[in-house]
Parts: sequence; structure tokens; C-alpha cells
Amino acid sequence: MGSVLSSSIFARLIGARRTVALIGIPLLTFGVAGCGAIGGGSGDADLTIYSGRAESLVADLITDFEDSSGLEVEVRYAETPELAAQLLEEGDSTSADVFYSQDGGALGALSKEGLFTKLPDDLISAVDPKYRATDSTWVGVSGRARVFVYNPDEVEPPKSVYELTGPEWAGKVGYAPTNASFQSFVTAMRVLAGEEKTREFLIGLKQNGKVYEDNGVTLDAVEAGEISLGLVNHYYLFERQAEAGDTPLNTQMAFAEPGDPSSLINVAGVGILEGSDDLEAAEEFVTYLLSDEGQQFFATTTFEYPLVAGIDAAEGVPPLSSIKGPKIDLSDLDDLQATQELLAEVGMI
Amino acid sequence: MPSLAAAGLTLLPLGYLARRATEQGWPVVTDLLGRQRTLELLGRSLLLAATVTLACIVVGVALAWLIVRTDLPFRRTWAVVAALPLAVPSYVAAFSWLAVDPGFEGFWAAAMVLTLCSYPYVYLPVAAALQRIDPALEEVSRSQGLSALGTFVRVQLPQLRFAATSGALLVATYTLSEFGAVSLLRYDTVTRGIYTSYRASFDRTPAAVYGCLLAAVTALIVFAEYRTRGRGRYFGNAPSRRPVVLRLRAWRWLAVALPLTLAALALAVPAMATVYWSAKGSSSAVWDEVITAGWTSLRFALYAGVACAFFAIPLGVLAARHRSWLSGLIEQVTWVVHSLPGLVIALSLVFFGIRLANPIYQQTPMLIIAYVVLFLPLAVGAIRASVAQSSPGLEEAARSLGDSARTAMRRITLPLALPGIGAGTALVMLATVKELPATILLRPTGADTLATQLWTATSVGRFAEAAPYAAAIVLVAAIPTLAISRWSRSTSTLEATQ
Repeated sequence: MGSVLSSSIFARLIGARRTVALIGIPLLTFGVAGCGAIGGGSGDADLTIYSGRAESLVADLITDFEDSSGLEVEVRYAETPELAAQLLEEGDSTSADVFYSQDGGALGALSKEGLFTKLPDDLISAVDPKYRATDSTWVGVSGRARVFVYNPDEVEPPKSVYELTGPEWAGKVGYAPTNASFQSFVTAMRVLAGEEKTREFLIGLKQNGKVYEDNGVTLDAVEAGEISLGLVNHYYLFERQAEAGDTPLNTQMAFAEPGDPSSLINVAGVGILEGSDDLEAAEEFVTYLLSDEGQQFFATTTFEYPLVAGIDAAEGVPPLSSIKGPKIDLSDLDDLQATQELLAEVGMI
Repeated sequence: MPSLAAAGLTLLPLGYLARRATEQGWPVVTDLLGRQRTLELLGRSLLLAATVTLACIVVGVALAWLIVRTDLPFRRTWAVVAALPLAVPSYVAAFSWLAVDPGFEGFWAAAMVLTLCSYPYVYLPVAAALQRIDPALEEVSRSQGLSALGTFVRVQLPQLRFAATSGALLVATYTLSEFGAVSLLRYDTVTRGIYTSYRASFDRTPAAVYGCLLAAVTALIVFAEYRTRGRGRYFGNAPSRRPVVLRLRAWRWLAVALPLTLAALALAVPAMATVYWSAKGSSSAVWDEVITAGWTSLRFALYAGVACAFFAIPLGVLAARHRSWLSGLIEQVTWVVHSLPGLVIALSLVFFGIRLANPIYQQTPMLIIAYVVLFLPLAVGAIRASVAQSSPGLEEAARSLGDSARTAMRRITLPLALPGIGAGTALVMLATVKELPATILLRPTGADTLATQLWTATSVGRFAEAAPYAAAIVLVAAIPTLAISRWSRSTSTLEATQ
């Protein structure tokens, strides 16, 4: 009995030797790497940016800034709302100097909590007051317009987005309900037309429309003839055109009549954090974003609207001043909660 | 002692939630809880968790029985393949199904995807347990005239209860905390409500109140499971023979349909979608970056696995051998935390980390601590199960022969628990490779993992660029998965050959 027992344990131990190695070796590495990481540390950079804008959109811009300023920049990328929540938890201890947000709503929310320091007036005065905070805590640096993209061989664009719920549009409309810009547009509709009318519109759109993952896929579906019209941001069309080169696209864009919520203009913008210990570098970054060079980057690389007066959008993009969007204060769009609940209620998200 | 500290760490998210939930006063809390939408979300969460758990039990037990106890064709291959869906993150699976059918959404879609991704949590422990059951019991049952099915239901099933419920608990808490798949497949749950609250209104109070609700409900489930586990003894004499294999005869080829269908749905669909994205898109990934990210993922996973095992060994032994109110409480708290969405845990660690551990904030050690808080119960559960299955008689024998308690632990208990320790480590590694929200907020700046790179690509719609990262996550996660299925089999083979 005893020998059976011990031999069985022995057998296990032999079988387990590899397990021991598998556990022991990384444990050692863990200790060593752990110490290394503590010693190394970060925070050596001159400027830390929390960016809710995608790396693929703005990494080149930030590299350009590093080259021109000689400053070393550290960027942490995540979704805008997640970074906003993180900044709210970090409070004054944050290592972030600048928050670069995908939309005005998140900037408004952080500003309300007093996380931002005031931006100097001479720095932001070149931007139309519509596109910055009234208390100067944040400033928009680039704009995007909501548009209809459509196939002119198939349909005429509607005069108002509300027409899209009519029977003639059945199966022809595409949209991306999880997209933040789409949700801003719905929020604008709620503010302008009220809950009831917005619910009716959404139910009608759901019946007529097809859901896509994002703006890009929606546009591709119009281009491929899957649908006739899509609700997207303007710059996707120009990105596609740039990719396609001289080949003309099947798709064109159009705006609804003045004041329609479908032509909402939203901004991406920045604020400097109250807790920043590199204020000078942070202001230098904001200055760069609003400089000719920075604004040109948006016009030519991301096909967004420059927000500083006197700098034109890319060729072919209708000028910002020509778009008669809804009269709405962007800071009123900071409560998306009711919008998302409405979208969930009608089964869109 | 360090384990108690680790268990204490898991209390942080709960403390954070309580603080955030009540900071605007109790009227806000009661108002939120009293809203119809809150009840609806809770009902939907519970319905999904119950359905997925039940489906995983049925699928997991049936599959384990076919593979271990019948002459299913290619059973060795199936034994490995059946565990592999664990390597597929639920958000990758959901994306894949959407690529096949953009209209794939709602309750059944979410239930199916989550079942396909998590049934191995039940299959693995049940398969291991099936191999350990003494065949003598079955022979007695058959000789007394019970059919094969009757024997399964009345003799085998009761002995599998322990293994099946531990897996089921994992599935249930995972389903409650899951965000990626339910969000992509448009099924509203409490977890989705938490994300909406953060994302839509930047208001942390509703998110925290929902989080507390989720924690309270999970506490009830975990407590119920703990009570039903009772004080039963789950160790037996190691069986002296290989398990009896049932001859399926003509049914063999029909029976193959089950593992084959599961493999097709859980593995082939994501594989096909990955190929489709690669072929369709114009973007492409840089291979150097895929390899760097893969190495970072693997490194974090190793640290997390080892750290969790280190803290979980004493907790697992305690839970199996010395049941007390304290060990019970610790175990239950870690499970409750496991049911919270990753983002909540990440934010709670942001809150405490930046105040109490600033030098390591957004450094590797802090990220590993986050993984420990997130995944400790995975390791504790696996270790507890393997300790519980070895007879305390062996330790008593060692003690009676003059070993101290400590020596008996080192010479007897731990070696016997090694497969469990290995499986626990591997489970944590697996979960770490797939983890996203905590990694994004707490990683060292510039440390890209496969999951964060996948997010980077998909967030701007570059699916072709995302495809290799999705494939790499599955491949890296497959390593610990294979280790788990190997360990759970090797224990039994050892026992069977003694």
C-alpha cells in the first residue's frame, strides 16, 4: 500500500516537473520585469496627451508637432468616453496635460467638473465662438458635417431627413446607429423636435433602413449599390475619392434644407487639464493645432473642416459657411443618455 | 498573508462602486433602482445568464460524455478541439457572425455566441471528472438492470454535479459581465447599461448603481451555489481501471455530428470571417507589429497567470480543506467581482491606483494587479477543485508519519494540486490575452497588446488590418487552452494507469 502510494506521487512529480518549470521561470521573469518597470517609469515626456481620436487619424499630426517643437510627446489612445471617465477618476493627480476628444460632448462634461484650465483668449479667438466653450475651457480644432451620400442614378436626395421614413425609401437607406456622430444627430433632433417626433422618426427609419457597423461601411454599401442613400459624415466620401484617384465614384453627397438636424456640424477639440504640470508645452500643442500647418493637416489629410477662419477646406468640399445646419449649442449635446435609451427602446442599438 | 492582501484588493471595486453610487445621495439611488428600465435590464441580464449557463451545461456534459465515455470516432482529436473555442474572444465571435449575417442580433444571437465561446468552461471539468469516476459503481448499476442512460442519469450525473456547477458559475458570472458580444449583437443588459451610462452621459452614478445591483444579484447566485455545494465529500479512491467505454455501434457517426457542429459554429465561422476580412479590405497589418503585440500579450498573460496562481494557492487550499466563514466569504467576494464589467474594475483601480500607488500607476505592475482582481477566482476555482478531489487521508497519513503541517502541504497537497495550479494559471492567461478595457486604461504608455491593436483597427473600420490580430489572439490563447485540456486529461490518465 505504502509503495503504491509513494510511487503514484512520484509519478505525478515527474509528470509535473514541466509544470514547475512553466510556473517557476515566468515567476522569476515577473520579479525582474516588475522591478525594471518600476525603475524605468514614464512621465519623462514633455507632454502627455489622452487621445480619444484614433491613432490612425492623428499620429502623423502629433509626429509633425514633435518635429516642429522639439518636444517629446506621449500619447495614450482609447475611446473618448472611456478617457473622459478615466480623467474624472484621476482628478488633479492625472499625468495627462491635454485631452484630445472626438466630440464636444465629452469636453463639455469634463469642463463642467472643473477639470480644464482656461485657454488664453488670443490662442483661441481665431475659432468661431460656435465651435468653442463659452468659458474658454475647450476649443474645437476640426469640424465634420453630417450629410446624405446617395447614388444619383437611383434617387434624388430628400429635402429633409424626415422624408426618409416614407414608403418610397423602403430598403434604400443605410445608417450606423452605434456611431457617435449618428447619435449626436439624433440628440440634435430630440432637442429641436422633441422626444415623440424623434421616436416616430427612428421607428420609421428602422423599418426602411439597413444597419451598418460604421460610416465607412455605410458609404461602401451605397457605392456598391446595396442601398441608395446613407447617413454619414462628409469626410468619408472624400477619403474614398482620394483612394479611388481619378476614377469617379457612383456616390455623391447632399445637404438637406437649412435647419434640418441631418446637417449637424460637430467638432473634435482639446482642453488643457487643470492638473497639467507642463502648461507651456500643452499650450504650444493647442497653438500648433490651430496654426496654418495644423489646420491644413485636417483639410488635406482627414478631409475635415479647418475651424480657423481663412483656411479653406479641401478642394471639392463645400465651404463650412455654406452649410446651414440646425441652430443648436454644441454643449447641449452632452447628454446622450436619453438618446441611447431611445435607440435601445426602438431596438436600434 | 499575501493572499489575504490579494483578496482584499478584490474588495476595492466594491468599495469604489458603493462610494460612487451614493455620492449624489440615496434618493438618486432609490430612484434609479425603482425605474422600470432598471428592472427590465436586470431581467434581460438574468435571462441571458440563465439560458447561456443551461445551454453550456447541456452541451458541455453531453460532449464530455461522448468524448470520454463512448467510442466516438477520433475522440482524441475531439478532446482537444472541444476546448479550443475558449480561445475565441466573444467580441471576435460576434463580429464574425455579423460578417456572415448583418441581421444576426438579439437575445438568441447573443445566447448562441456566448454559449459557443464558454461551453468549454463546463466541458473541461466535467470531462476530467468523468475520467475519475470509479467504473465499479457503473458495473453495479448495470448489473442491477439499469440501462446505459439510466446509469448515466442516476449514477454518473450526481457525481458530476460538483464539476458542472463550478463551470456553470464561471459561465454565469462571465455572461453577466460580458459587454462586447451583447453590444455588437444588440441585446440590452445591465452591463450594457453601465457602459451606456459612462459613454452617453459621463455620469458615473447610474453606472455605479447598476454595478452594485449586478454585484448584489451575483452574491445571491454565488451564495446559493455555495450552500448547495454543502459539506459533501468529493474525493474517492483513485479508480484502478480505465473508464468503461460505451459502444455506440451505428450511432457512432451520428454522434460525431455534435462535436462537428460545435467546431463549425465556434471555430470555423470566426476563421472564415478572418479570411474574408483579409481578402476584402485594402488595409493591411504590419507583421512586425503583430509579432510585437503578440509578445506583449503573452508576457502580460504570463505575469498575470503566475501572479494569480501565487495568490490563489493558499486561497484554494483554504477553500477546499478548511471551510470557514472567512474562506467562504473570500471566495464569494472574488466571484462577485468577477461578474462586474472590466471597465468598472479598471476605473476603480484608476481611482485607487493614482491615489495610493502613483509610482506604479499605468505601469506593468499596476496592470498585473488589475488582472489579479479580474481573474483571481478562475485560479482559485481550479486549485480548489483539484485539492478537494485529493483525499485528506493522504495528508493525515503524512502527518501521522511525522511530517509537520507545512511539510505535509509541500510534499502531499501541493504536488497533488499541481494540475489544478497549472489549469488555473492557464485559465488566467487565456482571459488576460482576451482582456481589453482594463488593458487600455492601465497599460504602460505605448505597450500595445493584440487586443488593443485589434481595437485600434476595428475602431476605424479597418477590418483587413484587424484580421491578423484577431487570428493571433486566438492562436496565442490556444496555447493555454491546449495546456488546460492536456492537464485535465493527464491527471486522469495517471490515475487510470496506476
